[in-house]
Amino acid sequence: MKPVEKMKVVHQSVKKIDAPALSRGKHLFTGDLTPPHALHIKMLWSPHAHARIKSIDVRAAEKMPGVKCVLYHGNVPRIIHCTAGQGYPEPSPYDTVMFDKKVRYVGDRVAAVAAETPEQALDALDAIKVQYEVLEPVFDYDAALRDGAPVIHDEPDAFVPIPVPYEPKKNIVAKVGMKAGDFEKGMREADFTFDQTFETPYAQHCPIEGYISWAQLDPHGRIVITTSTQVPFHTRRIVARTLDVPVQKIRVIKPRIGGGFGCKQEMLLEDVVAMVALRTRRPAFWALTRAEVFRSGRTRHPMRLRLRYGVKKNGDISAIGLDIINNTGAYGGHGLTVMSCSGSKVLPLYHVENIHFDAKSIYTNLPVGGAYRGFGATQAYFGVESMVDVMAEKIGMDPLRFRKRNHIVSGESHPAFEALGEGKPGAPMTIGSCSLDECIDKGAREIGWDRRTPPSAKTGRFRRGIGMSIHMQGSSVPEIDMGAASIKMNDDGSFNLHVGATDLGTGSDTILAQIAAEELATTADKFIVYSSDTDMTPFDKGAYASSTTYLSGEAVRKTAAKVKEQILKVGAEMLHKNIDEVDVDDAHVVARDGSGKVSYQDIALRSLYEANQFQIAAIESHVTHKSPPPFTAHFAEVEVDMETGKVRVLKYVAAVDCGTAINPQLSEGQTEGAVLNGISYALTEEYRFDESGKMTNPSFSAYNIFSLRDKPEIKTILVPSYEETGPFGAKSVSEISINGPMPSIANAIYNAAGARVYQAPFTQERVWRAIQESKKK
Amino acid sequence: MMKMKKISFTLNGVEKEFEIDPNERLLALLRRNGYKGTKYGCLEGACGACTVIMDGKAVASCLVFAFQAQGRSIVTIEGLGDGPELHEIQQALIDEGAVQCGYCTPGMVLSAKAMFDENPTPDEETIKVQMDGNLCRCTGYEKIWSAMKKVSASHRNGGKR
Repeated sequence: MKPVEKMKVVHQSVKKIDAPALSRGKHLFTGDLTPPHALHIKMLWSPHAHARIKSIDVRAAEKMPGVKCVLYHGNVPRIIHCTAGQGYPEPSPYDTVMFDKKVRYVGDRVAAVAAETPEQALDALDAIKVQYEVLEPVFDYDAALRDGAPVIHDEPDAFVPIPVPYEPKKNIVAKVGMKAGDFEKGMREADFTFDQTFETPYAQHCPIEGYISWAQLDPHGRIVITTSTQVPFHTRRIVARTLDVPVQKIRVIKPRIGGGFGCKQEMLLEDVVAMVALRTRRPAFWALTRAEVFRSGRTRHPMRLRLRYGVKKNGDISAIGLDIINNTGAYGGHGLTVMSCSGSKVLPLYHVENIHFDAKSIYTNLPVGGAYRGFGATQAYFGVESMVDVMAEKIGMDPLRFRKRNHIVSGESHPAFEALGEGKPGAPMTIGSCSLDECIDKGAREIGWDRRTPPSAKTGRFRRGIGMSIHMQGSSVPEIDMGAASIKMNDDGSFNLHVGATDLGTGSDTILAQIAAEELATTADKFIVYSSDTDMTPFDKGAYASSTTYLSGEAVRKTAAKVKEQILKVGAEMLHKNIDEVDVDDAHVVARDGSGKVSYQDIALRSLYEANQFQIAAIESHVTHKSPPPFTAHFAEVEVDMETGKVRVLKYVAAVDCGTAINPQLSEGQTEGAVLNGISYALTEEYRFDESGKMTNPSFSAYNIFSLRDKPEIKTILVPSYEETGPFGAKSVSEISINGPMPSIANAIYNAAGARVYQAPFTQERVWRAIQESKKK
Repeated sequence: MMKMKKISFTLNGVEKEFEIDPNERLLALLRRNGYKGTKYGCLEGACGACTVIMDGKAVASCLVFAFQAQGRSIVTIEGLGDGPELHEIQQALIDEGAVQCGYCTPGMVLSAKAMFDENPTPDEETIKVQMDGNLCRCTGYEKIWSAMKKVSASHRNGGKR
């Protein structure tokens, strides 16, 4: 273990390597790289939530000016697949085909047109004649689960590739659960018991660059797809299956991408652009409009959570029951994994012996749930961390103290780690690093927890309150996901670092260069980083599950260590020393006895041109055996207008233990971005639907994501710990902090107004109603 | 094809002539002609990714018809130069760590430039109002906010940061 203070490149706020070119607007994104003569694709989307296509006539459309290709169920192969970008085989239903005879939500695919101009493609869509047999739609939890409910996936070919529960005839996508101890006994032994339901809304990631892809054939007839994706390797595999072409025939390139947050952990456009390119031998381009991103892109799963708790007067939690119904919408790609994380990333946070966890994912005729930063933990934490405050109040304990006496600490384990994996058991784990207590203390000091008063002490129209919550997440999917890296040395002592890891704007290219530089005792600017190109870089599962720093970072560190061995060997030869008599320092191999040193440049020149020639290079892979949680304590101060229910967040504090912050500035950036996204998810963001199941607010202005003016003061405090299994002590940071705002703000609203909100987002109306309700008591 | 029409305007200080489709937006015209630093975000003027400066004012080029540029002066991100030195606003955003995915950054830079050109030392309220039209989903604005305050402060101190 290298102490953080001795690190020269890691734990430094190295400037993001792509930032200058990005700030100059260079041609770095998918849409900037599209050939000018590419065909434009437009999609005819289903206007019905649930219908069978009785007939479809594309002949007139095919004859329209400029139209080169029309795709629909009648002229593409029917190959069932799963669009979610996950390890193979996925723990998810194969329930999607490129085009189906049935549509399952407003915004489902019906037919695609590729034409010379977007206007011609749109005109041709109007000429497609479709007759639908409209079926009864299913829009809510109870409707989906009742006996005799319409079956959304009645196609005979849907299946799951690994043995996990899948009951499409009952609209059940997946089930997960676990039991520990005796839940009923724990409830009986409690001094107080609670039973409360919470609901979270549909939400969208809103990357400023929406979904966008293009494809062309290379001179050898291979399909080259350039796409804004978080999962280039999974996308290659899924497109190969969907088009029935070998993986070898496909190259997927991820250029810079304009944000993802999970929504691009999906093969969503790539099959269509590839098919059009194959059929027409022309480059084919497709970008969704913002309304299409909202309606036909991926979303955060809405959940209904029932929380049952038993608590003793001394502050022991004697039982927890967590029952979840998770709405995956029309397709179930992330149905199992998201709600599995609702348990595995949440239940272990507190000491409770008696546990009941039962979760189902259901199909409805609504937009499709996907991966979204926080990944199921976010929804569950709203319920759990609200209830922790409720329990603490009931037994008359400060909620901060209640959390401190009950949370998990280093050296402890939890049955959920082993019980809840991704379609198979998880990995048992003992918590290594954990600075949660310090996070709580530092956050409390920053927000001024000491000045917090009970709701009964507040008067007047505008009342202020302080709330908190604590959280854990994970770092990578253990025993399933793999990341790899390769490094080669150049003439001048610079290096090419090739990683499959996918920088979606987080700065992973930069931090991976820092990790390599630290191991090789040089500087980050000596690395030419190239990532996420299935022809050119080693495999990596992609950017999800908070794994790039911890998993891909360790792959990079191991690769650099191998390269270092080779450099030491050449350096030792040049210095006429044994390998154990030399070390690396400041881009040199140095004799430990101080008798001499040779530069990396001289070592590279010798190995490439002069003596005992070979390419100094290595490739390494990494699979993790645990998923060490980062921890965080969040604090919100709000002001509630008692007359209108309007909530204003005045200040927000996030104290985060992410192990060693490889790049503190980027870690802060991840935290602040997650926090503000979480705040607007808590206060304004939700899908609204009309009676037909059509989303009615599909624009930034109507959906209402936060702008600079809406931002409260956000204070990030990085609290160090050292995770022995991570690269230079690092754990993950990107997801965890989106979990905090919803419960912290709910608790702050209660502290201000004495009114509790159980349904998010906390719109003026909902808060106002909660205030009226509380007055009745 | 649509009937094409010729217009001319000053683009990044140089008088240029373009063939336009009467229905096309300035965003499409610019991107079609290689000025791709102007990004497509929402096509409804809500996100600011397509911001350009028109006669000194930051505008969403997705809401401006191409023909409306006739005779005007337009500055795109390419107009800030490609030399070794970055513009002070670009540099401040990078130094503060305000560039994550970077998709909103060119628009953010141009909104800021229009603001600082008009008032080199905007106060906090002015920054909030002037930068309100540029959405960023990555940063939570915290580092954008501090970059803007630092540029303003440096102007107050005679260019020293």
